[in-house]
Amino acid sequence: MVRHRGPDEWGVHADRGVGLASARLSIIDLSGGHQPIHNEDRSIWITFNGEIFNYLELREELLGRGHIFATHSDTEVIVHLYEEKGTECVRELNGQWAFAIWDGRQRRLFLSRDRLGVRPLFYTRAGGNLIFASEIKSIFAHPEVRRELDLAALEQIFTFWFTLPPHTIFKDICELPPGHSLTFKDGETNVRPYWHLDFTGSSERILSENEYIEQLRHLLTDATHLRLRSDVPVGAYLSGGLDSAIVTALINKFSGARLRTFSVAFTPRELDESPYQQEAVHFLNTAHEQIRCGYEDVAAVFPDVIWHTEKPIVRAAPAPLYLLSKLVREGGYKVVLTGEGADEIFGGYDIFKEAKIRRFWAAQPESKQRARLLRRLYPYHANLQKQPDCYLQRFFRARPEDISNPFFSHLPRWELTSQVKGFFSDEVKASLAGYDPLSELVAQLPVDYFGWHSFCQAQYLETMFLLPGYILSSQGDRVALAHSVETRHPFLDYRLVEFAAKMPPNLKMKVLNEKYILKRTFEPLLPSSIVNRPKQPYRAPDGRSFFSGGGVDYAEGLLAPSQIKADGIFDPSAVAKLLEKFRAGRAIGVKDDMALVGILSTQLVIDQFISTFQQGGSLWTALRQNCAAS
Amino acid sequence: MDSAQAELRRFVIDNFLYGRDGRFRDDDSFLEIGIIDSTGLLELVNFLEKHYGISIEEAELIPENLDSIVQLTGFLQRKLDQRRVPVVSRQQEQTTA
Repeated sequence: MVRHRGPDEWGVHADRGVGLASARLSIIDLSGGHQPIHNEDRSIWITFNGEIFNYLELREELLGRGHIFATHSDTEVIVHLYEEKGTECVRELNGQWAFAIWDGRQRRLFLSRDRLGVRPLFYTRAGGNLIFASEIKSIFAHPEVRRELDLAALEQIFTFWFTLPPHTIFKDICELPPGHSLTFKDGETNVRPYWHLDFTGSSERILSENEYIEQLRHLLTDATHLRLRSDVPVGAYLSGGLDSAIVTALINKFSGARLRTFSVAFTPRELDESPYQQEAVHFLNTAHEQIRCGYEDVAAVFPDVIWHTEKPIVRAAPAPLYLLSKLVREGGYKVVLTGEGADEIFGGYDIFKEAKIRRFWAAQPESKQRARLLRRLYPYHANLQKQPDCYLQRFFRARPEDISNPFFSHLPRWELTSQVKGFFSDEVKASLAGYDPLSELVAQLPVDYFGWHSFCQAQYLETMFLLPGYILSSQGDRVALAHSVETRHPFLDYRLVEFAAKMPPNLKMKVLNEKYILKRTFEPLLPSSIVNRPKQPYRAPDGRSFFSGGGVDYAEGLLAPSQIKADGIFDPSAVAKLLEKFRAGRAIGVKDDMALVGILSTQLVIDQFISTFQQGGSLWTALRQNCAAS
Repeated sequence: MDSAQAELRRFVIDNFLYGRDGRFRDDDSFLEIGIIDSTGLLELVNFLEKHYGISIEEAELIPENLDSIVQLTGFLQRKLDQRRVPVVSRQQEQTTA
């Protein structure tokens, strides 16, 4: 089921009432790090997915305290640290992880997931047992687990693009939230946070600008250095944007060899960033490989992509990244560094700039000049450029009454996405009547959120929800490890994330210059054309992909009125009208694209995980036999 | 004008509500109930221009003209009156011909 996550070896540990299994992608201590790993007296066992980047420092400390190591792996460091600190051990880890520790002395299971949710971890209860895994498909292999859609989670995806943990798209299958740990003892489950992202105090400038720059340079340089720890070669994604160029430039400082870099180019010219990529490759002197992706490529791999995302998506953007990781793996690499996270922690996304302009405009709604700023934000969006001011004002919620809304930054995105819910069948609409995903989101926000600067509120929503729930999962871990490639993200080193959270917002976005402090810090390493290029968001071919070349067989089948009716989630006649628009070439809007991709991916989830899913599997059989024997 | 109003209603329901008219009324504001997004407005203008052979100026792209079936019908009537032609669609013209 999850061999793609760890094709190099697998291992099982079974004790009375517990079974741990591991599929390993060998990166550190290739010959010695077999899992599950245990402590000196074999009373504590771990199965671990991820990396602990500060493992050498922790190992030194633990050796000093008398621990005896059997391997040179980062995995074993967690075991001994747990012996020292118990469940508090996670506070000392700098890395990306999902692990399970079986403490035989306390007869307690301890699960933990990294602070920002780079690595996935899911669990459920069945027949008195707790069942956990890195991917939901492993849990579904268990014969006692039900497979059913969670309609509230579907409503969340068709509002926010992500599910709110512990929801997953499947009923009773829970996601351990980022920055949380879980203990399971005597049949009781206890989930607790061990880390918070806190923007309190960020309005005060406690350092000079140059001091912020110095600290930022030091932290990102060290974060990158730590993420080069590996016993296999490390490459990098180079998108043509600022963030991956900075990471690549920093890697070059530490590596004598010519760095291998990888990128996606798009056949549709309006999406393509190849010229910027080539410029970065030339300047940074990397050995670069590129994959070219068009509409038909997205359609061809989309079912496989959904098998890995394990949830519906409203943009097809993960598909090209799935193809990119294939290129990396075929190039002989299994670890890449990326620039992911910079846009969240330094406020680089358009949504931050958009919110600032909307707020500025809403204060003087009659101003023509302020309206023009919004048009300048999206020079590549031809349809938007043609809109009259009064319509722009409505679409972007730039009205005085919206300013005090704590979700001001995200209202346009959520309103637009919510329109996909119009396709729900009457039965689904009836069963969701009265459910409000916003209330559930509010319940997950820290109390301090409502007192933070609006820029920080937007950052919190992006960093704590969209980042783990979509960017790092559907566009990250899931499509990279689909081809056994591990992604590492220097910008998501928790020390840097915490430092950036305390930085005044006007250093992140100076007037309308996004990532100002990041640009100032690293401009000596890069040409001005990369540092100061207009920001272009990563966009990929969407709905049209499924209608190029006369249509795609699986899409025709899954979207046929009879199938839509049988599955019961969407209204068959509404879906038929949508398809009519696409076939006639009249579907030109983002809403139509999101609806098509959202509906098709939901149908694929139903087909692959509910209708045709095969339970059982050799791993469960082996585990059950071993548990019974011990 | 009844036929044009029915045509406009059909266009809006098919393209923006995907055939689900529910409780949608002819005086409902498109903006208030959120059924037209930024590209939807362009689709609507494109339909009016092509289907009725009228030309819409940028200054006319205001909610007072385009924000409900009733307003659309009135706007269309005024545009066609300017051309002094009977209120029929191109399709009807072709059928009649």
